[in-house]
Amino acid sequence: MAKITAGVGSSHVPLLGVAVDQGKEKDDYFGPIFRGYDWTREWEKAEKPDVVVLVYNDHASYFDMNIVPTFAIGCGERFGICDEGWGPRPVPEVEGHPDLAWHIAQSLILDDFDMTIFNKLDVDHGLTVPLSMMFGQPEKWPCKVIPFAVNVVTYPVPSGNRCWAIGEAIKKAVESFPEDLNVQIWGTGGMSHQLQGPRAGLLNREWDNKFLDMLESDNDDVRHIPHIEYLRETGSEGIEMVMWLIMRGAMGKKVKTLHRHYHIPCSNTAIGHIVLEPAD
Amino acid sequence: MAENPTQNIHEYLAEFDDIPGTLVYTAARARRGYWINQFAMSMMKPENRERFKKDERAYLDEWDISEEGKQALLRRDYNALLKLGGNVYYLSKLFSADGIPFAEACSTMTDMTWPEYRQMMLDGGRKPEGNRSIRENLAAAAAAKGSN
Repeated sequence: MAKITAGVGSSHVPLLGVAVDQGKEKDDYFGPIFRGYDWTREWEKAEKPDVVVLVYNDHASYFDMNIVPTFAIGCGERFGICDEGWGPRPVPEVEGHPDLAWHIAQSLILDDFDMTIFNKLDVDHGLTVPLSMMFGQPEKWPCKVIPFAVNVVTYPVPSGNRCWAIGEAIKKAVESFPEDLNVQIWGTGGMSHQLQGPRAGLLNREWDNKFLDMLESDNDDVRHIPHIEYLRETGSEGIEMVMWLIMRGAMGKKVKTLHRHYHIPCSNTAIGHIVLEPAD
Repeated sequence: MAENPTQNIHEYLAEFDDIPGTLVYTAARARRGYWINQFAMSMMKPENRERFKKDERAYLDEWDISEEGKQALLRRDYNALLKLGGNVYYLSKLFSADGIPFAEACSTMTDMTWPEYRQMMLDGGRKPEGNRSIRENLAAAAAAKGSN
């Protein structure tokens, strides 16, 4: 049977992709950020996941205001790389896992989650930056990827509670897939950042770390943080952290923390990263 | 399923207006700014960028955008564009067309110059203290005045 063996949380700031693509990972600015991922890159080499369910958001790259799906899953064979206005990132095409993706989609719908299905889908930095952070610059990504896109741009975005619950349903779906597969789930985005208005540049180290503590906890209090708290405390774009709750919901009640990293700043954003293992 | 009472949409939205210096991208703004945002998306295509750069006004006239919106786009007045329903992920396509870094464009929405803004970020960013709630800020100001 397939099994979710680990969960990864990570920021997906576009500038990190630029740093990888231009070989700046060790310079004074980016060095302290990337050193926090060295552990994870080694760990991923040993873990060799078959599939990653990668929870991310599109940043007006492939999706425009014509369609705003709350939860969407990529069921295609492969996914192209978006041109976000300066040419597509020089990274390998992303290979999907249509059998598992459709299985998850069907299971979620039976569990009352009304999914949007994408067959053709190009993915932006929200998905490719975490791949670069975890895997570096391989010629081909070492695993298959199921893109799981969440609307965190147009309000209301899904509640933390709903995100946690869909994570639980993803775990259930994966565990009922008959093939033996090592599956990881990644929640990406955040941490605190605000990219708009006179309050742009807001960061909140204390709150971000409290959020990481809550992810490590045996209880599910973190799912009940209301949107207004994310907005006040972590900036208008900090709301992306609800996507980490999909990952956490898929871990089960108890988790073991394998790795944790936090750094301020990267461009406008606080960088957070955590690796969890189910411990039920 | 854990308890999570459904929120009243009016109360939910009203709270957003209490955040200092922030315009949350609500459905009302998304609706108002639809064509501003779709125009911005068009900047992803090189041929559109070229036509826009050649004659910005003529290119904007092809879109169903109000005169106020067109003027704000021509001025690159991003705070005005947020008020008109622009969203920063869409507007960022215009930052790219102009060839300016995202963070520099963010700085134009604040009361800082780009070097000042960049230094603030290097120093740990804008602090949440005093930036959480307009209501709380007013109450604190009133209390401070009262104690004088």
